[in-house]
Amino acid sequence: MLLLILKRIGLGLITLFIVSLITFVGVEVLPGDACTTYLEREAYGAALDACIKRLGLDVPAYERYVDWASNVVRGDFGYSLSGEMPINEVLGPRVKNSLVLASVSILIGIPLAIVLGIITALWRDKLPDIMISTITIFSMTIPEFISATLLILIVAIWLGWLPGIVIIPSDATFYELLSNIILPVVAISMIMTAHMARMVRSSVIQVMASDYVQMAILKGVPYWKMVFRHVLPNALLPAINVVALTIAWLLGGVVVTEVVFNYPGLGRLVIESISNRDLPVVQALAIILASIYVGINLIADLMTLMLNPRLKSLQIRK
Amino acid sequence: MESNLITEDKQKNKLEKAFEILKTMASKPSGLIGLTIVLFHVILALISPYIAPYDYKAISPNTMLLAPSAEHWFGTDSLGRDVFTRTILGGRTALTVTFFGSLIALLWGGLLGIFCGLVGGKIDDVVMRVVDAFLSIPWILAMLLIVSLLGTSTEVLIPALGFFYGKGIVRVARAATHDVIAKDFIVSARARGHSNMSIIWNEIIPNVRDAILVEGAMRWSWMLLGFSSLSFLGFGVSPPTPDWGLMISNARGLMSFAYWSVIAPIVGLSSLIIGINLTADAFAKALGIDRSTKAPV
Repeated sequence: MLLLILKRIGLGLITLFIVSLITFVGVEVLPGDACTTYLEREAYGAALDACIKRLGLDVPAYERYVDWASNVVRGDFGYSLSGEMPINEVLGPRVKNSLVLASVSILIGIPLAIVLGIITALWRDKLPDIMISTITIFSMTIPEFISATLLILIVAIWLGWLPGIVIIPSDATFYELLSNIILPVVAISMIMTAHMARMVRSSVIQVMASDYVQMAILKGVPYWKMVFRHVLPNALLPAINVVALTIAWLLGGVVVTEVVFNYPGLGRLVIESISNRDLPVVQALAIILASIYVGINLIADLMTLMLNPRLKSLQIRK
Repeated sequence: MESNLITEDKQKNKLEKAFEILKTMASKPSGLIGLTIVLFHVILALISPYIAPYDYKAISPNTMLLAPSAEHWFGTDSLGRDVFTRTILGGRTALTVTFFGSLIALLWGGLLGIFCGLVGGKIDDVVMRVVDAFLSIPWILAMLLIVSLLGTSTEVLIPALGFFYGKGIVRVARAATHDVIAKDFIVSARARGHSNMSIIWNEIIPNVRDAILVEGAMRWSWMLLGFSSLSFLGFGVSPPTPDWGLMISNARGLMSFAYWSVIAPIVGLSSLIIGINLTADAFAKALGIDRSTKAPV
């Protein structure tokens, strides 16, 4: 069991290492280095020399990679070009803001998805299922920027209930944030809930068709007792992994949603740093976002292992 | 003469099979709706240059932000361009880019996946690690990086999208190959002394084709989503190319008093994505492949 956990963590670290290599090599191979892309037309003479000195671009690439990687491991991402300050200072408030947005969306999304998934599975092909399923299919296929734009158009402009875009500085306090994030949270959790509800639905349907559920029905176990005792534990377990993958996949959608609502989080920083051609920040963001992805998957793997006694004993026997 | 007959028979069978699949897809309402929407968009994309009433890039200060009328069915945008013209031409951009992108993704993803599944061992391990690593970089960051460094032309976008959406196909093709590879007919082909190339071409591809095609159909809708998101963020095709994502992002600031110029591209893009999704689902069901418990990676 412990060995398996260690192995999973090791695989995650290898993945992160490859991601760091890919982003580093990618930035190296593509035309222009950090200084020439950032300075653009002013990339000559003293300014270029100073920039190259400052970033240490005059040393060979592999030395720079080792240097950069060892700093990243120690939690230091270097200097931002456009802000001319440590990247950690740029990232700090952004990470906090995105974390608030993501955790509120997840807190609303997961329970809602489980409830909707169960309802649609138990009343399969009946009116509740058809209605909810139609809505979920719509909200999971339509791009984030469209649902976000429609939300602004309907709720903020036509109905005038809420402000359409977020106009708070990136270092706003937690309470300032909460009153501003209603629409972004609705936009993100709508898509997330739809994806997860579909998976819970098919998982529950599969379990309902299994032999032991048929057995329980024949044995005369009361319907709801059977649902809560026999169906749900078995149906929700395999859903965990899929849910984790979905959350990680939605990171891209969060970037778009943050841009639509002008929300000062990591996602907007991605766009800003790429528009400003601030390559050190882009590299840092690639590593951070990839770690989030790897981390979520790792947690999901471990949770499935811990919650599933069958897997546990299997591993020990091996 | 006889061999001719056999090939003719085979071709007829293939056509019949394709027709059969189409019929199964259209037998359910969701599949029929999806097929109709996709067909509508494809036909519109083919004929749009000939039926467009205005020039898509003609800027005119006299016709700025006009409400929908008999002359301008969907109104005009902030530069006085006809929204109807730009909307029907926008589908052409979206379909061209994503169709060729999906084709590239299918080709390299499918072949690499089959190759890894067949060879196995060290090469397979290394390739799958790299694919996993690529999967863990959020698509939007990678795409933005490529596009911002190489420029936003269709010649860059199509291979970039094709490359990025192909990595998921590698996994599917590899898994499908693994399922096939232990079967008797592969073993007997090996025993007959066939080369790896011939085994891939004659034995594996016919058996994994369905799984890969279904995956490709799914990728097509995600690629459309990714492409339009890029355009929306200003990193897709460059103006004045008529493109839905770009139109929505341009019209968004003025939608409090000119909502029509944002509604038309939204309807176009949403309907095409939903249509492709429904079609892909129906396609998967017609081929007997269940995708419902999979994560959208």
